[in-house]
This record gives sequence, structure tokens and C-alpha cells, in this order.
Amino acid sequence: MTKILGISAFYHDSAAALIINGEIISAAQEERFSRIKHDSKYPHNAIEFVLKNSNLKLSEIDHIVFFEKPFLKFERLLETYLAFAPKGFKSFSMSMPIWLREKLFQKKFLFDQLKRHDQNFNDIEKINFSEHHYSHAASAFYPSPFKDAVIITLDGVGEWATTTVAIGKDNKIDMLKEIYFPHSIGLLYSAFTYYLGFKVNSGEYKVMGLAPYGEPKYKDTILKKLIDLKDDGSFRLNMKYFNYATGLTMTNKNFSNLFDHKAREPEKELLTQFHMDIAASIQSVTEEIVLKLTKSIAQETKIKNLCMAGGVALNCVANGKILKNNIFENLWLQPASGDAGGSLGAALAFWYHELGEKRSIPSPLDDMKGSYLGPSFKDEHIEKTLVSLGAKFQKYDEEKLINFVVEELKNEKTIGWFQGRMEFGPRALGARSIIADPRSNKMQKELNLKVKFRESFRPFAPSILREDLNDWFDINTDTPYMLLVADVKKNIQIPMNEEDKKLFGIKKLNIKRSSIPAVTHVDYSARIQTVHKETNPKYYKLLKKFKDITGCPILVNTSFNVRGEPIVCSIEDSFRCFMGTNLDILVCENFILFKEEQDKKLLKNYKNQFEKD
Amino acid sequence: MINFLKEFWEFLRERKKYWLFPIIIVLAVFGILIVLSQGSAVAPFIYTIF
Repeated sequence: MTKILGISAFYHDSAAALIINGEIISAAQEERFSRIKHDSKYPHNAIEFVLKNSNLKLSEIDHIVFFEKPFLKFERLLETYLAFAPKGFKSFSMSMPIWLREKLFQKKFLFDQLKRHDQNFNDIEKINFSEHHYSHAASAFYPSPFKDAVIITLDGVGEWATTTVAIGKDNKIDMLKEIYFPHSIGLLYSAFTYYLGFKVNSGEYKVMGLAPYGEPKYKDTILKKLIDLKDDGSFRLNMKYFNYATGLTMTNKNFSNLFDHKAREPEKELLTQFHMDIAASIQSVTEEIVLKLTKSIAQETKIKNLCMAGGVALNCVANGKILKNNIFENLWLQPASGDAGGSLGAALAFWYHELGEKRSIPSPLDDMKGSYLGPSFKDEHIEKTLVSLGAKFQKYDEEKLINFVVEELKNEKTIGWFQGRMEFGPRALGARSIIADPRSNKMQKELNLKVKFRESFRPFAPSILREDLNDWFDINTDTPYMLLVADVKKNIQIPMNEEDKKLFGIKKLNIKRSSIPAVTHVDYSARIQTVHKETNPKYYKLLKKFKDITGCPILVNTSFNVRGEPIVCSIEDSFRCFMGTNLDILVCENFILFKEEQDKKLLKNYKNQFEKD
Repeated sequence: MINFLKEFWEFLRERKKYWLFPIIIVLAVFGILIVLSQGSAVAPFIYTIF
């Protein structure tokens, strides 16, 4: 039995993953335990979890793999500073002390931290380093259901690479092409995220959600001035407009002058039609880059399968377009596409690449186990915890619970749904979710403002039974990780009249656009999760029952958290969030809690508890 | 430390980037001086350098 621990840390989204003989056993992000969104610290809690979950001590682990190479990163930093000198001295003087004190000595630092888990761990040579984009590529290809595939990784930056194209065949990954820093599609998107007043590395989803409210008026300007995009999808950015290579901001004065507006001040300035048009423009440019890149690679390699990872692979609108344009026959996306997934990729890369182990043909779905790789809790633990928290609860058997939840969903109740192992990756997939009735007219606004305390423009995603997918949406592919966007079927769309069409921006939100308005975005699109009985049988049963009673096989599924808060992990987290929001019901496994029955003294002012993202 | 230097040297050899070595040395020397100078007798020495 070969046990490999993968670690990603120190930049954003620290995480740990454990594989045993190549099988993915568990994985979790540190933020879920520390309750600090995108926590970048050494993932002590996540490592503790993956070890305990398999009853292992650290000294029993055979190999430990860090997801990137610090020396290579340091080389990039030094060369970038030299290339831009004397510009960037401030950033240089801030980053060098951290590097010279800590980051350069990462092996020793990791060793010291790892020893805290188990004093008997004393072999520093067990620590290995993978490359950032190789880790992403490994996380995208090895768990996929394909024997061979093109692998594309797109993100901000790792060591040098920002975009890579590789070919995966059996247990081998061969890198074909790379684009190097500072030319990066991820950083281009993040620059616009910053310019629109959202947080870099976390607000990118908001830009994507905002885009359908605008018109891509600035697309030509971006393509003419900011980026030199070639027909094969390769590109160079015009660094005259960006400040991220050496500065402390993403964009500079030239960038603001180009669009005739200063960068939006977060929380102070309101979002206007200009911001929506900018969001639409950068989204459209991103889609064009991704489509050009995938088209040229498909033609060049003649391979029918595509795997993707890296932060940009979470851009589900662009992913949907790859599928719609039939560029590849099959598409598989790593659910933990961000840096957290690098921990899993690093471990898998070591197993197949360094140890040369054979790869058996994966199961038809994939090897991710539905991405349910985090902690779960037994009934005794839940009961004890709820009692200690002073909660009032009842315990139902599964059938009664499901019947009851369906009735309450029909009554337009919002429900915290806490079941089984926590998801790995940024999406809630029915294990730590807030669920509601998608047919309700008021649900989108109510969930955004009263439950999630977030911006009213943000859309909600549907979970749907896999077998019913094609009856409701314009797509017929498994999308278990909510990483593809497709349109709601024409027959359930409600066409806009002439007056509705004239509406601009956020006003579009008030029009009912389909028979499932809570999950239909203003452009009739939806970010879909297909639910499969093999990976989440309880959630599947709930959807099936909801369909039997209402005829609708769909539920609203949003992550169980509020704005700025990591998704809940434990029973305590879920009870705290339940008592701090306007959620009506909380379901933890077979335990059910009603808001009106709880002690009023336990209600919390939760809205400003977390730093806004 | 010796292990670190060995690994770093191997890295420079692999990447054929020997020119990084003097930069590292200068950075490390200044780094050490700055750390030592914090409230110590080495402080005046730092001022004479700059």
C-alpha cells in the first residue's frame, strides 16, 4: 500500500489530499476548518483530517508532494524584477525578505510543520515537489474517464507557465506548449475583476455573473490594445496597461485612461451599466481566447477528449461554449480546478509519473467519487453536538425526512442541507448546500438578500436529475460539478416582450424568464449540476421525490454559507450559519431543525461577521 | 543549510542559470546584515554602506 499526501499552500486556497495505491481517498481545503476564506496558510487542519480519516500517522505516509517548485518560482520573481527594474522596487523590497526568510527554505519549513502532526516523522527526503501546471494537468487527466486526452491548464501563474497544453495517454502526460508569465489569461481576467471593484482570486465569479447584464462594447478595445491574440489562441498582453508584474495593483493609469473610468472603489461606488459592459466585454474576450485555443489544439492533435483545470477552467460559461461548438466530443473538468486541486494533482503526478504505476481505465463517470472527499459526521456525533449547542431538533427516518423536506420546499421554505462527505472544490454539490424551489418567483431575490447577504444580481444554479437534463436544458452531457453553462430549453422559456427588451442592467432581473425563474439567468442560461444516484444517493432521492410531487426534477442549489464565509464544514458551522441567516429549516443528516422552534437568544447577527469578498 | 545550498546549486545547474548565484549571495548578505542590525552594534555599519 503506497500512501501519498499532496499539499498545496502559501499563495491561496491551501489544501491537502490523500491517495492510497492511486485511489483518491480524501481531500479538503484548509479554509473550511480555519473559517478564513481562501486561507493560504500551511494546511494543518486539512492534513490532520486526511490522516485521521484513514487512521494514519504522518510517519506512515510514503511520499509527501508539494504542488509547485519554490526555486523555479523564485527564479521567475528575480528575472521579472530585473526585467522591469528600476520599476517595482517597492514590491521587490516587500517580497524579498519573505522569500529569503521562509519561502526559499520551503522544504525545511514543510518538514518542521509536518513534524507537528507526528514527532516520529523524521525523513525529510520523503518531501518532493511537483510543478504547478503539471499538478493541475495531473488533477485534470488522471481522475478523468479518458484513456487519452488533450489537457489544457489555464490560470493566473504558477512558476513560469500561465497556460499549458499537454497530451495525456495512459499514465503519461507530455507537455506540448506553454505560455509564460506575464502573459496570462487568468491575470487578464483578474485585472478586470480588480478594475470592477471585486476581490482578486475570489470575485472572478461575480464578473462572470455580471456579464449577461451588459453588452460587450469594449471587446474590440481589449483585443486591439490589451492583448495580441493569434489564430491558434496564443497571446501576448501589452504590459503598458498592467501593473501586476512588479506593482502592488493589477492595473495602472493607462488602463483607466483607456476606458475613461477609474477602477471602481469596492462597497462605495455602485455598479453601473459601464461596469456591466466591461464585464460582458472581458467575458467575451476570454471565451474567444479559449475557443481559439481549443479549436487549434483539436485540429492539431485529432484527439476527441479534452480535460481542463486551473482557475480559468472554473469559467463555466466559456466551458459551455467549448461544448456547444462541438470542438471536442467529450469534456471533463476537474471540480477543484483552482490551486486547492493542485494538492490532489501533485499526489497523482507522483504516483503515475515518478513511480511509473499503471493506470487502469477509469469508471464511466470518473475517479473523483463525486468530489465528496471531505469530512462526514455520524448520528451520535451530530446529536451530541446539537445538544451542546442548545438546538431544538427532531430525528426522522430517511423516507419521512425526504417527504417532509419536499413539502417544505413546495411551501417556498429555504433549507440548509447538510449530508455526507463535504465537497472538494469551490462548488456545493448537495452535501453542504442551501436548497429551495426553483419555480418560486421570489426565491432569487430572497436568497441573495435575506439568506446569503450578497449582491442581488448574482444568479443561482440548478441541480437536476441526470436523466431529465435534456428535457429542461439545451445540453445532454454529465455535468456533476456545476462547471458547464447551458440555456434553459426554449419550450420553458418565457419570451420577453418589446418593453422588457428595452430594459437595461439590473432591471432585467425583475422579469420572469422561464417556469424555473430562480435558476434562469437574465440571458436564459443556467450553471447546471447533474445529480447521479451513484455518487449522491440521498440528494438524488430528494430530487426524485420533488419531481414525483411537483413534476419538476430541479432544485435551487447554492453553497451553504453567507457572503465572504467559507462553505460550512462541521455541524457547529451549519448551526451558526442557520441561526445567523433567514434560513427556515436546517437538515443535518436525519436531524431536522426549525427556525421558529429555536431559542431566540441563540439568534446571531451574522451579516457583518465575514470580510466581504 | 548545506543541504539547501546543494539543492540550490543543483537547481542552478539544471536550469543553466549560474548568473542568479551572485544575486542570491548579495541578497543573502544584505538580508543577514539587516537582521543583525536591528538594535545591534552592526547598525552603524549599515549606514556606512548606504
